Order: sequence, then structure tokens, then C-alpha cells
Amino acid sequence: MHTSVLSFRARADVALTDPTLKLAIDRTTGTAERKRAAAVAAFPQFDAARDRGKRIKDHVIEHFDHYLLEFERNAIASGAQVHWASTADEASRIVVDLCRKANAKRVTRVKSMLGEAIGLPHALDAAGIERVETDLAEHIVQLGGDRPSHIVWPSMHRTREQVSEMFKQSHRVPHREETIEAMVDSARRELRDKFLSADVSISGANFLLADTGATCTVTNEGNAELTTSPPRMHIVTAGIEKLVPSLPHAFALLRLLVRSATGADVTQYTTFHCGPKKPGDLDGPEEFHIVLVDNGRTKMLAEAGLREMLRCIRCGACMNHCVVFRQMGGHAYGGTYPGPMGAVLTPVFDGLEKTRDLPHACTLNGKCQEVCPVDIPLPTLLRGWRDRSWREGLEPAAMRFGMGIFTFVASRPRIYRLGASMAVRMLGLFGRSGWIRSMPGLGAWTAHRDFPAPEGRTFMARYASGEGQRK
Amino acid sequence: MPRVALFVTCLADAIRPSVGFAALKLLQDAGCKVEVPMQQTCCGQPAFNSGDTKDAGTLARRFIELFEPYDYVVGPSGSCVGMTRAHYPEALADDPAWAERARRLGERTFELMSFLVDVMHYKPTGVRFPATATYHDSCSGLRELGVFEQPRALLGAVGGLEMKPLEGNDVCCGFGGTFCVKYPAISNAVVSEKAAAVQRSGAQVLLGGDLGCLINMAGKLHRNGSPVRVYHAAEVLAGMADAPSISEK
Ligand code: SF4
Repeated sequence: MHTSVLSFRARADVALTDPTLKLAIDRTTGTAERKRAAAVAAFPQFDAARDRGKRIKDHVIEHFDHYLLEFERNAIASGAQVHWASTADEASRIVVDLCRKANAKRVTRVKSMLGEAIGLPHALDAAGIERVETDLAEHIVQLGGDRPSHIVWPSMHRTREQVSEMFKQSHRVPHREETIEAMVDSARRELRDKFLSADVSISGANFLLADTGATCTVTNEGNAELTTSPPRMHIVTAGIEKLVPSLPHAFALLRLLVRSATGADVTQYTTFHCGPKKPGDLDGPEEFHIVLVDNGRTKMLAEAGLREMLRCIRCGACMNHCVVFRQMGGHAYGGTYPGPMGAVLTPVFDGLEKTRDLPHACTLNGKCQEVCPVDIPLPTLLRGWRDRSWREGLEPAAMRFGMGIFTFVASRPRIYRLGASMAVRMLGLFGRSGWIRSMPGLGAWTAHRDFPAPEGRTFMARYASGEGQRK
Repeated sequence: MPRVALFVTCLADAIRPSVGFAALKLLQDAGCKVEVPMQQTCCGQPAFNSGDTKDAGTLARRFIELFEPYDYVVGPSGSCVGMTRAHYPEALADDPAWAERARRLGERTFELMSFLVDVMHYKPTGVRFPATATYHDSCSGLRELGVFEQPRALLGAVGGLEMKPLEGNDVCCGFGGTFCVKYPAISNAVVSEKAAAVQRSGAQVLLGGDLGCLINMAGKLHRNGSPVRVYHAAEVLAGMADAPSISEK
């Protein structure tokens, strides 16, 4: 959706030289990492819960058609109107058309990564509909005119000092004290009346409950209730992988989600929506719409290598623990979703040809899978993209050629031995002091660190002349 | 006496043969009959991680044929052993008979320190290395093979060696095989943090079980002018750490 004109490498280089960004990333991911570790340690059956979560997700993925139809039936019975969108464009068109039909001048939005993925903020702006982001972090993103850089903390690329400046410039009655509370109050003053005067509210969903047709959204600010109650129309957009059979399954996953995301035991607010306002209700929307979005998901279902990605509950733990994400933040990835999960998902949405850098931007260290609450084998999936890219001929010719030569040589021990000895002699020449500070062909390494000169002859040569052998 | 094939690994062969000789000595001391199959080359990990599964499969078949005759295969690297144990079956998934052979051989293939402790119940005796040291847990060994306690148990038997904790001991050093040359700037940012953590630990020596990561960290420490010495743990355990370390000459 958002792939910018700069290459991944160029975006990464820009991010790597921004000390304020690094400070902001370190603060948020550092805290998240510590809190998650404590929450997991305090939850004695975490492994069992993780296994259960994984099985719930896999079960739904196995029986998608069944639960989708059950959900639709029950949602309609509750008075909701259900729409199906197979692409991102179709999804945002449905939402914009509904807003137009409701004659909406102003819409309020509750943070939803799916909304970002289908390009909803842009589509609303382009349709001339005033969009009010009610999540504090999304409000900051909107003020800054940029995009979310993290799926849980969209404005994590901003330090609180920067946010304070932004509020002072744009809020009608900005804070005077430099405290978080004063800043939150400033945002509240700015947003409160807009909450109440919106015509349509748009939210996402963390879970779709098949047996009742209800949707469930979690927030830490309570903005979901406030946003979705006053307007005449409420629209929920959700990816079809959000389905669960029933409430206990949603709670089983919620326990994993919250601990993995913020390290809390439970989210501050867990909001359920089931149909529009009913006779006798004090408030609620007159019309309640649910837009079920495919956008690549059934394609993932069909492909062995990507199916497991449908388990993702968007907790963000993989990126919080990723050494690459922690150096450059989310924007460098160029897609809606950053970090390890984003590097798996973005090629699904934007095509591998334009995004093949992402699956390579990973050391395959496995930490992401270790912390993933539904045990998604992210390194395996990333390597799967590399494999695909190789088979489709998208990898650079020099790489393909080099690997071919290498395999040819490594299949012929005598040539390999000769090559190794020559390489060792060559390195020895450049590293007479014991270290190589620069050498043609080794620039990517020696730009940043030294390379040790080889000890001398190769192990195989020395062993062949009898060294180390015992009778 | 088990017949063990030493899987030397490319980096130990070319850059630091003393790691190979240390592994050889430790296995002999632990009571193994050690052989070095002279036809061995590379395990194919660079090809596999680059997405070149076909070439990786070619090298995997070679490796399997060459090492199958032995009771055990042991290598001084979590990442190379992880490739053969965890990833050969994936690289050969298209060919069930070979994938099965890979799995069978994988069950008999071990990272050096886990083999010494878990299979041979070995404990070094009479080894001294008076220094303060800290330990980096390389990712493949740790997460693919569960190597964590074994090096600590072995190093605990070394006289004069005092271990200091390393902040983020299980965090990737930024090496990642070809990653470090594909994305040098990102890799550098990661290893810079690692080098800073090593220096903060106050240890004189950095130890680990994977030469790729050790060379990466040593290279950064040396560029920074740090006096920290870097060894593969096998060199210390074999009493061969009197030679110059990776980070000094
Ligand atoms: S891949 Fe796993 S860790 Fe990452 S966001 Fe999804 S559920 Fe969370």
C-alpha cells in the first residue's frame, strides 16, 4: 500500500542515522520487552496457553468457510449489515460509499491496522470527509502527517518531547506543564467535542465471534466506546482471519495478546458490538455495518508457506524483539506492517517483486518466533519468500551466478581445498598486521569492522600433514 | 569407543584452524575415535539462507553421503550444525527418501559442546585459564539446538576462570551469515550495541560457540580499540587459549 519511492536500503540508511528516532524506539521497545518478560514469567502455564491459542487459530483456519458463514448468519440476525470485500480498494470503496450514503461530514476512527492496510485514511481524505483519529497515538500520527510505525504504538517513532511540541503547535488549548497527564488532557480537550458530533464511526476488530455475530475491539483508552456510541452509523472493518468460534476462544487469545503486546494482564477496555441500537436502548448507532476483508488472505490459505501467518493476532512482540526493527523502526519497511510479521505480509499485499528486500532484511536469529504468542515460524516463512524469489528469478544475477560457482566448487573437494588455501593466502597478504582494515571485495565488512587475518594454513592442510592426529 | 566424524566448518578451516584442533582434542580427550573426512567442504547454509534451495540440496546430499558412515557427526558451530540438523530435511523436502536420510543423520549430528556434555558426559580436568570472561549465546545453537547450559557447565570446570553476565546474551549480534554484507549498515548498528554490552560486562574475554558471530564481534571490538580478547569456548576448554585471541595478533 505504502511502498515509497526510496528503496528499502535507502530508507533504512536514513532511519539508522536518526538519533531521536533511535531514542524513541529504544524507550518503547525496551519497556515492552521488560514488561512482556515479567508478564510471561508470572503466567505459569504460558506455554500451554500459547499452544491452545495456536490450536484455536489453526482450527478456524481449517474451517474458515464454516465459521465465516456462521458469523455472517448471526451478524445479520443481530441487525448488522455484512459486506464482503476481496481487495483493499474494494474494502475502502465500500466504507467511503457508506459514509457518503449517510451524508457524513465528519467520521471518527478507532485505530485499526486493517484500516491502514486498505488505505482508508487516504480514501476518506480524498473523498473530502473530515477524519478524526481518536486513538491518542493515531492522533499524533495524523498531526504529523505520517504513517504508523508500529502496530500497537503507531506513533512510537516520536519522542514525548516531539509530541509536546506538536500539541503546542496545533491544539486549541495546549498543555502548559510538561507531563504526560497534561498532554493527554490537551488531546482530550481537542478531541472530545469531535467525538460527539461525528456522523459515522469506523473501527476495526480484534475478534469476530462466529456464534453471536458480535465483534470485539480492545483499546487502552476507552476511545472505542466513546467513538462508536454517538454517531448514527458504525462501520467495522475486519480481516476474515479475526474469526473465533465463540467468546471463550476470544478470551484465550486475548490473554496471550495483551501479555505479548504490553505486558499487562488485561487491556483497559474490551468492547463488544453486536448489531445496531435496539428498541429501548439508550444509545448506539442506527446502522451497523461489518466489512469482511479478504485482501490476500484466501491466497495465504492456499499457500503452504503462508498459511501459518493467518494465526497472527497483531501483538507486535516479534518487532519489539527484532534486532533489525530496533535499529531502524517501522517506516523503513515501507509497508503497513513492519518488523518480522510485516516482512512476511508486505509481499502478500504489494507483490514480491517490489518487496523482495524485506524477507532478506533478517538475520534469521529466531527470537521473533520464540516470543510469538501463537508460535508462527517467522524465520521459516521469511526464508520461504527468499526461496520463492530465487525460483522466480527475482534475485540479482550476480548472486545467482556466485552461488552457482560456489556450489560447483564446494562439490569438488580438491578445487575447494585449493580455493580455500588461495583465499587464506590472499587474506594473509592484506592482513599482515593480524587484521584486515580494508580489502577489495570485503568492503561491506570492513566499512564498519576489521576482519581477522587467517591464522596461517587451513585446518585441512595442517591435519593432512599429521597435526592433531593420535594413534 | 564411538567413531566420531569432525565437521570442521568452513570458517574454522580457513580463518581459525585452532578451533578445529581444539574440537579434535576435546573429542579425543572425551574418549572418541575422531576422524576428519577429507572430502568435506561447505554444508550449504549460505545457499539455503539465500533462497537457493536447489544448490543447498546438492550440498546436503553430499554431506549426508560423506558423514553417514560414522556413529556421530560433531561440529564446533551451532549454526552449521543447525543447518544440517534442522534444515536439511527442509532443503530436501521434495525428495522424501533423502529427507528421511537427512533426519536420521540429524539425530546423530551434534554441536560440539552439547555433544561433550549430553552424549559423552565429559568434564575438562586440569585446564586453567585465569581471566574474567563473558559468554554470547549464538542464536542457532540456542534456539535451534537448545545449547545453553552445556558451555556453562564445561567452562565451570576451568580453573581461574570467572564468568560475568552479559546483558542481552541471547540477542543476535547482527552477523546473520550473508546478512552482514547484504545490509552492512544495519548489521553494524546491531553489532555496535553488542560490542558496547560486552564492554559494559567488564570481562577481559568474550567467549562463544560460533565462529561467524565471534569474528563479527571481534572485528567490531578491534575497530573500537577495545582490549577485550575473543575466543571460541572450545579453545579455552582444550587449554589452547594461550595463542593470540581472535581479536589480537
Ligand atoms: S507474528 Fe506473532 S509476535 Fe508478531 S504480531 Fe503476529 S502474533 Fe504477534
